[in-house]
This record gives sequence, C-alpha cells and structure tokens, in this order.
Amino acid sequence: MLDKTVETGGKKIFETPLYPYRQSPDQKPDAKAHHPVVIVGAGPIGLAAAIDLAQMDIPVVVLDENDKVSWGSRAICFAKRPLEILDRLGCGDPMVDKGVVWNVGKVFFDDRQVYDFNLLPEKGHKRPAFINLQQYYFELYLVERVFELQRQGKPIELRGGNKLVSVKEKDTGVNLSIDTPDGPYRMDCDWLIACDGAASPVRAMMGLDFVGRVFEDNFLIADVVMEADFPTERWFWFDPPFNRGQSALLHKQPDGVWRIDLQLGWNIDKEKEKQPENVIPRLKAMLGDDVKFELEWVSIYTFQCRRMEKFRHGHVIFAGDAAHQVSPFGARGANSGLQDTDNLCWKLKLVMDGLAPDSLLESYDVERIHGADENIMNSSRSTDFITPKSEISRIFRDAALDLSERFDFARPLVNSGRLSVPCVYDGSPLNGPDQLTDAPARTRPGAPCPDAPLGKDFLLDRLGGQFQLLAIDAEIPDAVEDGGIAAKALRISAADDPTGDLAARYLGGAKSAVYLLRPDQHVAARWPSYDEAAVKAALRTATGRA
Amino acid sequence: MAKLNTKPNIAAPDDFYADLLAIHEGLSKEESDALNARLILILANHIGDRETLAEALDAAQARN
Repeated sequence: MLDKTVETGGKKIFETPLYPYRQSPDQKPDAKAHHPVVIVGAGPIGLAAAIDLAQMDIPVVVLDENDKVSWGSRAICFAKRPLEILDRLGCGDPMVDKGVVWNVGKVFFDDRQVYDFNLLPEKGHKRPAFINLQQYYFELYLVERVFELQRQGKPIELRGGNKLVSVKEKDTGVNLSIDTPDGPYRMDCDWLIACDGAASPVRAMMGLDFVGRVFEDNFLIADVVMEADFPTERWFWFDPPFNRGQSALLHKQPDGVWRIDLQLGWNIDKEKEKQPENVIPRLKAMLGDDVKFELEWVSIYTFQCRRMEKFRHGHVIFAGDAAHQVSPFGARGANSGLQDTDNLCWKLKLVMDGLAPDSLLESYDVERIHGADENIMNSSRSTDFITPKSEISRIFRDAALDLSERFDFARPLVNSGRLSVPCVYDGSPLNGPDQLTDAPARTRPGAPCPDAPLGKDFLLDRLGGQFQLLAIDAEIPDAVEDGGIAAKALRISAADDPTGDLAARYLGGAKSAVYLLRPDQHVAARWPSYDEAAVKAALRTATGRA
Repeated sequence: MAKLNTKPNIAAPDDFYADLLAIHEGLSKEESDALNARLILILANHIGDRETLAEALDAAQARN
C-alpha cells in the first residue's frame, strides 16, 4: 500500500523519518525570510490545511519539531464528512482503501451481551459513515499528498526538525523564531495557523486561555496485533468482570491491529500500568488465555473538554486540538479539526487576495466555535454515561443498560459515544435566504451538502473547491460574478438519479432548485429558480461583504 | 403546567400506592434505587413528549 515515495527500510511506518531536517536557505544569516502562511504542526490538521492552501496556490511552510508520523494509532475513527473533505484534498482514496468499515456493534453489561446493533448507513453516498484507520496511516497519506503536490510544483514545504520557540505578533503579521539542529533562525509570516495540538506551544507562548472541564479518569489504550477470529465489529463493555466498575472497548484497525481501550480510574500509577507485565494480564483476562497477540503500542491518556474563547487572534489562527479538546468518545477530535481547516482555508484565500474583508475571518470563529461547543456537549454526555460521576448517575446508567436487554426504547439512551456528524452553521452571518418551500431541512443554509448519486458519479465529486451555483431542473448562467468572486454553474436534473436520493435530499416537495454552495460544500442560500440579484446578494453575504 | 396533568388521574389511588410499595418489599436500598430508576425511565419513555417531561422534571423539584 505504501507509495513509492516513502521508503521505510523494514521499520514500522511511525518509526521512519519521512521529512527529515534539511537546512533551508531561510537559515542564512541575513536571509530575512518572509512567507505568506506558516503552519505549526504536521499532524492531521496542519497537513490538511497546508494541502488545502497549496491547492489554491498559496505558498505555505509547515514547521514540525518531529519528522515522523504519529507514534501509535491515536485517532482511529474517521467520519464521512472528513473523508469527503479529503476527497477535495486529493487523498480520500488511499484512506478509504486502507481503512476498515464496520456497521455492527455489540454492547455488553456486566457478564452478558445486552444488545447488538447495525448502523445501516444511509445509501447513496460515495463514502461510508466512517472508517477505522490508524492515525499514522492517515498522516502518511497526507504526507504523500504533500510530496505529490511538490512534484506538481505547488508551493508547499514541510520542514522537519524545526521547533517554533517564539511568536511575536505585529500589526501586519507575525515574527517567528525557530530552533533547528543547526541552531536558531527567524522568519516573518503574514498568517500563522497553529495546529500544534492540545498542549499547543503557540497558545502557551501567547499566554491565551484554554478553559473547560477536567475529567478525573485514566484510560489505557493498547494496539495489539492479533491472529484472532473476532468479527469486524465494535464491542463495548460496561462494568465487565475483567475490568470491574470500569469500561472497555475493542475496535478493529487495518493490518490485524486491534484497538483496546480500558478505563483505569483516577488514582493509579501510570508508569506502572503501562508496563507490559501489567498490561498483558489485563488483555488476557479480556481476550481469553488462548488468544495469541503482540503488543504494538500502549499509552495512558486522560482528557478534558475545553476550548479557547476565540480561535482567531489577529494574524494567528488556531485549529484542531490546539483550539478545542474533547473526550475521545465519538471520534470528534481529528474529525472536527479537519472541519476547522475546511472552513478556514477558503476564507483566508479570499482575504489574502483582497477580495473579502478581514472580518470574513471572524465567521471562522462563529462557525467553528459553534461546532466545538456541539462536540464538547456530545462528548461530555458520552463521558458522563460511560464514567458516571455520582451515585445517582451510575444508578440511572445501570438502569438504562439493564432495560436495554429487554426493551428497545432503552437502547437510544445507552451512550458509548455518538459518532461525529458535521454541524449545521445555523445562525451564521454568512447564511443567505432559504426561499425553497417544501425543501428538506437537512440542506438548509448553513448545512453541509449531503452526497447523492449522479448516475455512476457522486454529487460531491462534481463540486469544486470554489463557490458553486447548483441548479436542479432550473436555468442558470455559466457563472455569476460579484466583486471578483465567481460562482460556477453545475446543472443537474432529478432524473440523473433514478434512486431518488438527490431529489429527497435537495428538492423535497419542490420541483426545481438553485443552490449557492460555499467552497467548503456548505449551503449558503437556496431558491426555487434563478434570480441574478438575489444570487449576487447571497454571494456578498457568504463572503462577508454584505 | 400546560401539558402535564397534575390533577388526580389514577383510579383507585390507594391500590396503586400499595402496588408501588409492594414491588419494593424485601429489596435492599440499592435494589430499590435501581428499581426506581428503571421505573422512571419506563414511565418517561411512555410519556415521550419532551414538553410534558420537562414540566414533570420541574414539578418534581421540591420548592417552597
């Protein structure tokens, strides 16, 4: 599966330096380097931002003190919307080809299975509801996409062994100091995007807040390579005999690697619990004595649910875990981070090109803080169910689990993580009018476009990374332009999709529709037919020029 | 209280009350707490309507 550009020399991929330190001309004593955009952190979010900007021909430099992909599997669950974003970034296919798709889950309570479920994903989407994929593969495919863009001559640079040590804000940009194996150097940039993780050094250097709720709990995560007959299912245990009073999760990843999560409680000796002689007996108790397995990676984590008060601070913009942190239940960390940069990059491009006012970037705060709050709420609720914090919450939790064995009604109350779905930017200042009567609520202004089949194609593959005017059985011109920003036409018909999914998702009771879509594939406005003045006004609203 | 019925609504209230106590007979405090929680969830699901449930949550909170 590895691309020819990456040679691992027989090592595990996360032990292999992929972008080793090399001296840059910027390090010459009087170089006075200046870059339009610098990104800190070559994790999933920083790499996605870099690819997005480079595809729009914005020169971008990514700094990372490391030179490898993530150590261990870390984030393993990637949802449909991020996969669609990756398609736009040109690297959805390797992720989905390698990833594991699952639909069946089982829930255990005490010593018994209480129920199982099949997610029965909605049909008519190119991408599955989610895939399981180790973060190191996720990052690898992003790095390979960076290399591919470099070969195409796109202005994207990945500097390993470059540690940012100071940040100084100016009125027009940011001054940076960077440490390297050859010593320090300086550079200036117009925009700094901080994707440097939950412990964000940039945030600390700028003395910015990061407040929220601490959850007093520890979780042991182990990746085990197993030659076992376990089906491709998600198994979740509440209070099992092998981990009394706590929870456990078993989840499949590619290459026969299984993710095991064991809740350990608060007062534990982390270093001791991480030792194989303590981990292996726990896993044997869970998997059975005769199952053969090998430990690939073990880690202990705690978590918090919190966010910055604002994500944008002048010319420094925070994205991903640097801006907001959630519990891992529901896979909302990397997934929401990818939606951050999806939201940010087109806005930054318009502002950098002088086509939209700086205030357009304030809508990044509005929309992504809305998303972060939704994710924090959902993941806090899951955490409260999985790890009850009071006697009465445990009593209700156990009551719901007990009832779920006999009664369907109790199953939706059981919360072992609600899978990440993209948020709708209801109330966003960028939203235009919703004048399509009898239309489905799921495609209202602010909503992400749901995919739909178009013959052998899919709708989202037909949308470019620009403003799009989508006509379904309606007349529109080839393009509409206002103030140098164009929306290009895509004309389709409900008849293009015999399954009826397209009509159900975009027309409802309407006969025809005209949608104005943003570059991040969110709906800006919709009407039953084309009206030039209305479309231009909505285009101005969607770009902060109203 | 627009939707929650707070007028007498149970026929033979003494019988119901006796039935309610009877299912707790012989249970430990822990077992009784678990039973009450199950009962609340069953009844809440039967009501279903979120407005009525919100009024019930409100009504149940002891206030002067």
